Amino acid sequence: MPVQGDYMGMMLTIDDLDGENLDFFRYCGARDFRLQRGKQSGLLRYPPATACPWTSDRESEWVSVEGKGTVHSYAEVHHPIQPAFHDKVPYMIILADLDTQKGEPSADEAIRVAGNLVTADGEFAPPEMVKRVGIGTRVKMVFVDVVDGFAIPQWAIDEDADQPESPWRYPQE
Amino acid sequence: MSLSSVSEADTSTEKFLRGKYAICGIGETTYRRGSNETTRALGTWAIKNAMDDAGMEAGDIDGMLSYSGNDSTFSTFIAGDLGIRLNFYMDVHGGGSSTEALVGIAIGVIEAGMCKTVAIFRAMNGYSAVRIGGTGARSAVPINGDQIHHRAYGWQSAGQMFAPTFLRHMYDYGTTPEQVAGVKVAHSKHASNNPKAYYKTRYTVDDVINSRIICKPLHLLDCCVETDNATCIIVTRLNRARDCPNPPAVIQSVVGRCCKPRIDMHYQHGPISTVAGHYAKDILWPNAGVGPEDIDVTGSYDAFTFTTMLQLEDYGFCKKGEGGDYVSSGTIELGGARPNNTSGGHLCEGYTHGMSMVIENTRQLRGTADDSCPVGPDGKKQHTYDYAEGGCRQVKDAELSANLGWAMPGTGSAMVMAKDHR
Repeated sequence: MPVQGDYMGMMLTIDDLDGENLDFFRYCGARDFRLQRGKQSGLLRYPPATACPWTSDRESEWVSVEGKGTVHSYAEVHHPIQPAFHDKVPYMIILADLDTQKGEPSADEAIRVAGNLVTADGEFAPPEMVKRVGIGTRVKMVFVDVVDGFAIPQWAIDEDADQPESPWRYPQE
Repeated sequence: MSLSSVSEADTSTEKFLRGKYAICGIGETTYRRGSNETTRALGTWAIKNAMDDAGMEAGDIDGMLSYSGNDSTFSTFIAGDLGIRLNFYMDVHGGGSSTEALVGIAIGVIEAGMCKTVAIFRAMNGYSAVRIGGTGARSAVPINGDQIHHRAYGWQSAGQMFAPTFLRHMYDYGTTPEQVAGVKVAHSKHASNNPKAYYKTRYTVDDVINSRIICKPLHLLDCCVETDNATCIIVTRLNRARDCPNPPAVIQSVVGRCCKPRIDMHYQHGPISTVAGHYAKDILWPNAGVGPEDIDVTGSYDAFTFTTMLQLEDYGFCKKGEGGDYVSSGTIELGGARPNNTSGGHLCEGYTHGMSMVIENTRQLRGTADDSCPVGPDGKKQHTYDYAEGGCRQVKDAELSANLGWAMPGTGSAMVMAKDHR
């Protein structure tokens, strides 16, 4: 069965043939962040894919992964293009290096998971919170429901973690 | 176990078509907002101009290639309109990494004996129909499957998608917004000497930095213009091109849609402040038999100021990390050692997904930049090489050009062309 839901006015659809994305987002809906782990390589991958990028192995299993990481880079949107985001600016898109598998299998690789900066409750971060976040900020994953059983991962500041004194931000506020 | 995505690219291609093919004709429409014409009419106009430039009639062209993002007209309609009977055609999906890649395909199909002369075009109403910046029709498309991982986050337009690369370059190398604004300063200077440019105003670094933020680190003036236009280049064998009225631009090397690892989501494999040119350069330069130091004029894709800077750096025009210095030093301005985008490029002249920069470099190699210099009694431009506002934009003694096309940080195409010496 296809999964479909309205999210901020955007219709998100996962076709019933798209097993990889159905599994990924259903696990998110169960508050369980899972990634595919290649049978041969033992390496996790993101986003969902049909084979292992390191071995071309088509066999994989879904493994629970801790949703904690560090901001590797970001985009901070001040001029909204998509209608759904008109009342959200400024909003951030974060690319976070997961702690799990960081620097593997080569130094410049990491599982870099995208998400918006949100509050611990999953609401879009207010402007003063956006200004606290930059490259180096420690973040933790939260899930925002689209419909029952289908959620997307988002990022919130990890208030329990040791944070850098001043994460790197673009110099103009 | 070998881990394929971490290995360097295999660039041991065979290099035997250097100097055998050429661009013999170039054509473009005006660069406008509000064309009030279909992409079919625009494409027909640009191809006819290129045919006239090449001294060719419909019967001289038997191949056609185009690229688009579901926003254009297929080759078959335009070939029919112009009375061109095709032995080969193909319409491919793609944007800024297409022109150079399609030149390579044109060479390949001619070499295979499939046809003799190929017209390559891009026709788009990039302002008045499908807005290239992502507004309107593009953001209204339903979000399905793989797209949820970016579009659900408001991460869709080119500026939004590339911003993590741009910001990380600032973080990794200390690149400043003021340095990168040098790209707009240079290209706007060039555009002021280009009567057909959509924006002809010269801008300063302060103008760029004080324009409003669109998506950090991009200010409004770091972003290209959206326009309605079509462009065309005609590719054929060098010996055939030498029969044409204008001097051929001889193709020395092409690299097409060369990718970083993990091109399904290239941010997985760093450094994310490195772009596809890092890989493409190892095909481009050996195939051409020259290096970046030999190039007289560049056409580095300027969807944004940052894209120009990143490519010039990763193709080796300066050391890695020194792109900010390179683009703010005067080197890339007319009168500098290696001007970039002498037409004003996509930041100022008009947006064509890369082809207009190939057209410009063809003109530079011919010595026929269409500036405001006087025309002599022989009908040729009398270039003054005075690059003051409203003046000349011809590069003196341009022998070798490089075009560096960009689809996104992870994918690029490039081409080296040379002035013809019989």
